Amino acid sequence: MGIDIRLPLGTLFSLLGLILIVYGAASDPSLYGQSLGINVNLYWGIVLLSFGALMFVLSRRGARAAARQEQIAQSHSSTL
Amino acid sequence: MTGIDWLILGLYFAFVLGIGIILKGSVKTSTDFFLAGRAIPAWVAGLAFMSANLGAQEVIGMGASGAKYGIATSHFYWIGAIPAMVFVGIFMMPFYYGSRARSVPEYLRLRFDEKTRGLNAISFAIMTIFSSGISMYAIAKLIQTLHVFDGVFQRLGLSSSWIFDFAILISAVVVLVYTFLGGLSSAIYNEVLQFFLIVAGFLPLSYLGLKNVGGWSGLKATLGTSYTHSWAGLSHANTNRLGVESFGLVMGLGFVLSFGYWCTDFLVVQRAMAAKSMSAARRTPLIGAFPKMLFPFLVILPGLIAIALPTQPAVPPHARVIVSAEPPGKGIIPMKVDASSGLPMLDKDGKPQLDYDLAVPSMLLHYFPPGMLGLGLTALLASFMSGMAGNVTAFNTVWTYDIYQSYIRPGATDAHYLWMGRAATVFGIAFSIGAAYMANRFNNIMDMLQLVFAFVNAPLFATFLLGMFWKRTTGHAAFTGLLAGTAAAAIHHGLTLPAGAVVGIKGGWLAVTHIYPSEMAQNFWTAIYAWSTCFVVTIIVSLLTRAPEESKLVGLVYSLTPKPEEEPLAWYARPATLALMVLAGTVLLNIIFW
Repeated sequence: MGIDIRLPLGTLFSLLGLILIVYGAASDPSLYGQSLGINVNLYWGIVLLSFGALMFVLSRRGARAAARQEQIAQSHSSTL
Repeated sequence: MTGIDWLILGLYFAFVLGIGIILKGSVKTSTDFFLAGRAIPAWVAGLAFMSANLGAQEVIGMGASGAKYGIATSHFYWIGAIPAMVFVGIFMMPFYYGSRARSVPEYLRLRFDEKTRGLNAISFAIMTIFSSGISMYAIAKLIQTLHVFDGVFQRLGLSSSWIFDFAILISAVVVLVYTFLGGLSSAIYNEVLQFFLIVAGFLPLSYLGLKNVGGWSGLKATLGTSYTHSWAGLSHANTNRLGVESFGLVMGLGFVLSFGYWCTDFLVVQRAMAAKSMSAARRTPLIGAFPKMLFPFLVILPGLIAIALPTQPAVPPHARVIVSAEPPGKGIIPMKVDASSGLPMLDKDGKPQLDYDLAVPSMLLHYFPPGMLGLGLTALLASFMSGMAGNVTAFNTVWTYDIYQSYIRPGATDAHYLWMGRAATVFGIAFSIGAAYMANRFNNIMDMLQLVFAFVNAPLFATFLLGMFWKRTTGHAAFTGLLAGTAAAAIHHGLTLPAGAVVGIKGGWLAVTHIYPSEMAQNFWTAIYAWSTCFVVTIIVSLLTRAPEESKLVGLVYSLTPKPEEEPLAWYARPATLALMVLAGTVLLNIIFW
């Protein structure tokens, strides 16, 4: 009902991913001493962005599948 | 916290509130508000089912137990949750969902009678208020201890003594707004969001920590078998870190406590009742069980890593005296400091106690640079909010349907009950805030309340089990059984004491007849006695009272209900297949971490 939760999920995680990627790319590497020299912001940002994008894709596929089912249901009811 | 961390936290708040605002338009009837219109897809309900239980106390507490007891803490998931989640999905959901009851207490009225419902509804309503208050207190205390807001408060010229109040207020207001506007669907959608945020915040923590200590084998080498094997030494209570023997663990935790919670607590069951179809409702707990099975790696592992890291000379900033002879903590876990005196708290051997609750937060501060730190703290807040919203939505439903509509004002319009639900959201949260301040001032009262709730909850599953699977069970029997079970729990607690504890809140207030090796063992056995008493008393009283009419029990009792019709689903999506997969996965994990 209401909305497809995958849309806000996709938007939130894409934005979080982008923020972390930009910050990770721009920040001073000395910041990452505590995270074992790994730029966690950059790498985890990429992961979150990909997850956000995946949610968008799934949401579109879901919407198309729902539209197709509705069409089938409609064509059924018209033949009756 | 730096600007980037605030940006991430702010973005999260904006989304959480935004979901509430968008969903406001779809709330037209009380069913929309309290049951999300029974239109939630299975995977969404499933993640919410798991997430509503995943409060901050769970995340912090499981990390703390990980540091204290080691990987054996995973028993709380693998034994203490998965089997019960499978059971409620496969065997109980047909009656909860099929009876069209709008709440767990309402099922009790349909199956038994008014007094059984009243007992359950009232104790449940009070319990949700106090548990959300206690978790609100915990998170505010944590924010204060971590000094995350101190910088901002200093810049704004505010006294840092207001941080506790600010933390309580901000979290309460946000939860209030989104549950007030969108009701259960808003809570559920946000729980899904919060679930993914918790994973996003904690997964890199486990990864970095594990990499730092040299992987699982490195952890094993540092900590030894007692920390890294979940079943080692469980044949006897004195040979494992938990202080419990395997029978007490499996029966007390795995059967009584776990089934009592996952199968009868409306807080979680409500998520499945909101699912869009019978098969979606049955799959809800099963889908939730998959992430549940893997969560020990996110919430318990950081605790183990925190204790395994080389000890750092970290003294909590609010400590006044530095104990120079003793290392002030273990791993990166600081010692426990008395909040009022600023002195370290000592155990009975005079050694400083460790503040295990700071295991996970210390890990976040240890590994995460700005940016990720914001995400980690947001995850912590998200876990708190999902737990609190779970309590709030369960409270407003039970209050409105089972107390207000039943005893105060029956027969009003649907619009009136919808209004009441919103009002209950407001005063429920107001009461929770009151409970949070009460917890802050009178810690002992809270400990006592939690004890009483434990007594009330312990026998519940016996009543449901008999009610659903034995058609002869009567209302009088259910009511008497519940009271007898609660009394048995209280008496057992009054007669026993954990080793090393003082008589009083920990037990033994009647007479000390038995000493348990640990508090956990005492808890598990209290539950076992309560359950068994309720089970036996309910059977005896049922046989002594008049049998209920069978025609009234159709759809409520196993033997009188036709098998739920399966909608055509792919073989891998059927409830039975999901159940087998999750059980197989759990067995495998137990073997791996034997």
